Amino acid sequence: MAIFLDGNSRILVQGITGSEGTKHTKRMLAAGSQVVAGVTPGKGGQTVEIDGHAIPVFNSVQEARLATQANVSVVFVPPKFTKGAVIEAVDARIELVVVITEGVPVHDSAEFFAYAQASKHTRLIGPNCPGLISPGISNAGIIPADITKKGPVGLVSKSGTLTYQMMYELRDLGFSTCIGIGGDPIIGTTHIDALRAFEADPETKVIVMIGEIGGDAEERAAAFIKEHVTKPVVGYVAGFTAPEGKTMGHAGAIVSGSSGTAQAKKEALEAAGVRVGKTPSETARLLREIL
Amino acid sequence: MDLYEYQARDLFESHGVPVLKGSVATTVVEAVSAAEAIGGVVVVKAQVKVGGRGKAGGVKVAKTIDEVREHATNILGMDIKGHTVNRVMIAQGASIDEEYYVSILVDRAQRQYLVMASTAGGVEIEQVAHETPELLAMVGIDPLKGIDHALALSIVQQAKFPSDIEGQVADVLVTLWKVFQSEDATLVEVNPLVKTSDGRIIALDGKVTLDENAGFRHPDHEALVDESATDPLEVAAKAKNLNYVKLDGEVGIIGNGAGLVMSTLDVVAYAGENFGGVRPANFLDIGGGASAQVMADGLSIILSDPAVKSVFVNVFGGITSCDAVANGIVQALSMLGDKATKPLVVRLDGNNVLEGRRILNEANHPLVEQLDTMDGAASRAAELAGKAGK
Repeated sequence: MAIFLDGNSRILVQGITGSEGTKHTKRMLAAGSQVVAGVTPGKGGQTVEIDGHAIPVFNSVQEARLATQANVSVVFVPPKFTKGAVIEAVDARIELVVVITEGVPVHDSAEFFAYAQASKHTRLIGPNCPGLISPGISNAGIIPADITKKGPVGLVSKSGTLTYQMMYELRDLGFSTCIGIGGDPIIGTTHIDALRAFEADPETKVIVMIGEIGGDAEERAAAFIKEHVTKPVVGYVAGFTAPEGKTMGHAGAIVSGSSGTAQAKKEALEAAGVRVGKTPSETARLLREIL
Repeated sequence: MDLYEYQARDLFESHGVPVLKGSVATTVVEAVSAAEAIGGVVVVKAQVKVGGRGKAGGVKVAKTIDEVREHATNILGMDIKGHTVNRVMIAQGASIDEEYYVSILVDRAQRQYLVMASTAGGVEIEQVAHETPELLAMVGIDPLKGIDHALALSIVQQAKFPSDIEGQVADVLVTLWKVFQSEDATLVEVNPLVKTSDGRIIALDGKVTLDENAGFRHPDHEALVDESATDPLEVAAKAKNLNYVKLDGEVGIIGNGAGLVMSTLDVVAYAGENFGGVRPANFLDIGGGASAQVMADGLSIILSDPAVKSVFVNVFGGITSCDAVANGIVQALSMLGDKATKPLVVRLDGNNVLEGRRILNEANHPLVEQLDTMDGAASRAAELAGKAGK
C-alpha cells in the first residue's frame, strides 16, 4: 500500500517532448514507474524512445487515455500553457494530475483547482512541486528514486530539496510515500489531505510533516492532527529567520505582518502533540525515538 | 509586486474605478506644478510601501501653493519606518462624509478569492476584524464565476452599507473585480472608499499587489517596478536571474531549493548564537542546475556584500549531481580569482557525493573547507564569521 500512487498507476506525461519532460520520463521509468503515454499537441503519432521503452505520443490527453488507460498525468508544460493542460487532463477524467511547473500565475492555479474540485474525479498535486514517490513501486514527478526504499514512514512537504534531505536522513528506514505538495499560494493537495491518507494507509506507521513560512496550512494541519490523526507525527518548519514581507524563493513563502511565521506554526504543531525539530537532522532523530 | 498608491490610482482610473485627480512628484517644483494643475485644496501624500505614514507626518492637506511647497519640502526625503520618501502624490482634496472599506484578495486557506467589505473604513481592517467583526462582511468568490452585479449587491447588503448608496458601491466592487482579474492582482484594497459630501463614491486610497508570475501576459507591469527602492544587490542578482534576498547578517548562504535554503538560514542563526550572534547575510537559491556560471554569479553577488565574513554552500544533490556542483565551485573560484577573499564552508550530500567531495579535496583551494553534515558546516561557517568580527 501507499497513498495516491501505487502499482496500478499508469502515467502519462504532458510535455513529454520538452527537455524536462524527456529527462524526467527517463528517471521515472528507471524507478519502475509505468509511463504509458506522452502528450504534446501537434506531435501525435510520434514515439519517444527511452532506454528500450517506446512511449507513444498523442495530441490530446483524451486520446492518450483512451488508447492507454492512463490514470495519472505529470505536467511539465511551461507556465503559459499549464492551465490549459490541467483542464484538458480533468476533462479526460484523469484521476491524479501532478503539476511540476514552477511560475504558474496564481489566478490560473485558482481556476484549475476550482475546475478539478468541481469535477469530483481529479486529485490535483502542485503546482510548483516535485511530485510524489512510493519507493519501489512508482514515481510521478522529479523526486530522486535512489535515495531510499520502501518502508514505514509517510512524508509530506512543501519543499522539494527538504523532502530529499529528509528521505536521505531516514534512508535506512524507508518510506511508504513521499509527497511534495509545493510552495505556491494555491495548491491542490494539502498537508491535511496527505495526513488523512497516511492515517488510513496501513503501511504507514509514522508521519513526517515539513512546512515553511506563509499562509496558515500548518496551523490547520495541526488542528486536523489533534482531531483525526492517531499515528505519531514529527514536524519541521523552515523559515524562522525570514524577514517580514520578503518572498523566500517559493511564491507562497512570505511572512505578512504577524501571519505565516515559523514560530506560530511550530507552536500550533506542538500544541497538537507533534514533536517539532529545530533542524532537519534533529527532526530525523525525533522520528527515530518514536519508532 | 506591491504598487505605490499613485500607481494603484492610475490603474484604478484606467479601469474606470472612480478616483480623484492625482499625480506623482519627485521634487518640490514638480509637486507645485502638479498642485497648480489640479487646483484648489490638495493633499500631499508620501509614497511608501508601508502603513502608518499619516501618523508619521507623511500626509498633509495644503490649502495654498505655499503650503504645498512647505509640505513637499518636509515630506520628500523623510524616513518612514526605514523607507525613504522619494516621491509624493499630489491628490485632489475632497469633502468626505463617510469612510468605508472594500478589498478582493487571494484566500490561500480556501483556495479561492475573498471579498471583504465594511462600513468601518479608514482604519486597519485587522483592527475591525478583531474589535468589531460584526461590521465586516467576508464573502468567498468562486474563481470560475467572479463577481457580477447581483453578487456585488448582495455583498454590499451583507456589509450593511446605507441603502441609498448600495448600487453605487456595488458598481465600484464590480469594477474592482475587473482590476483584480484582468491585471492578475493578488490583492486590490480600497481603504478608505469614501462618500463625498456631494454624494459620490470614490476610491481615496488603494493598495494593489500584482502577481509577478503573470508577468508574461502583462508586459506593461515591468514599468511599475521601482528598482531605486530595492537593495542594489537584489537588483544585481535579479539581472542574473538569481533568487536572492538580502538579509542583515554576516554568513553568506548559497543552497539549492527554497526550502533547504530557508532551513540553512535557520541552522546558521542557531549556530551563530554560540559565536557572538552572527546571522545569515542573505537567501540565495541557485536551483536545480547549479552550473559553474550560476555558482560564480551567486558567489560574486555574495562576496560583493561587505557585511559577509564567511560563506556557507549547502547543497543536497537530488537531481543535481554533487560532482557538477563541486566542479562549479572550483571553476567559480578560478573565475573570481582575487575577488574571492572569504572562507567557504561547503557541505555536499546526496547524488554522487563521494566524487563531489573528491573533486573539492583535489582542488585543495585555500579558502574552501568541507564538512559532512549541514549542522556541522553551519556551525563552522558561523565560527569563521564570528572570528572575523562583526
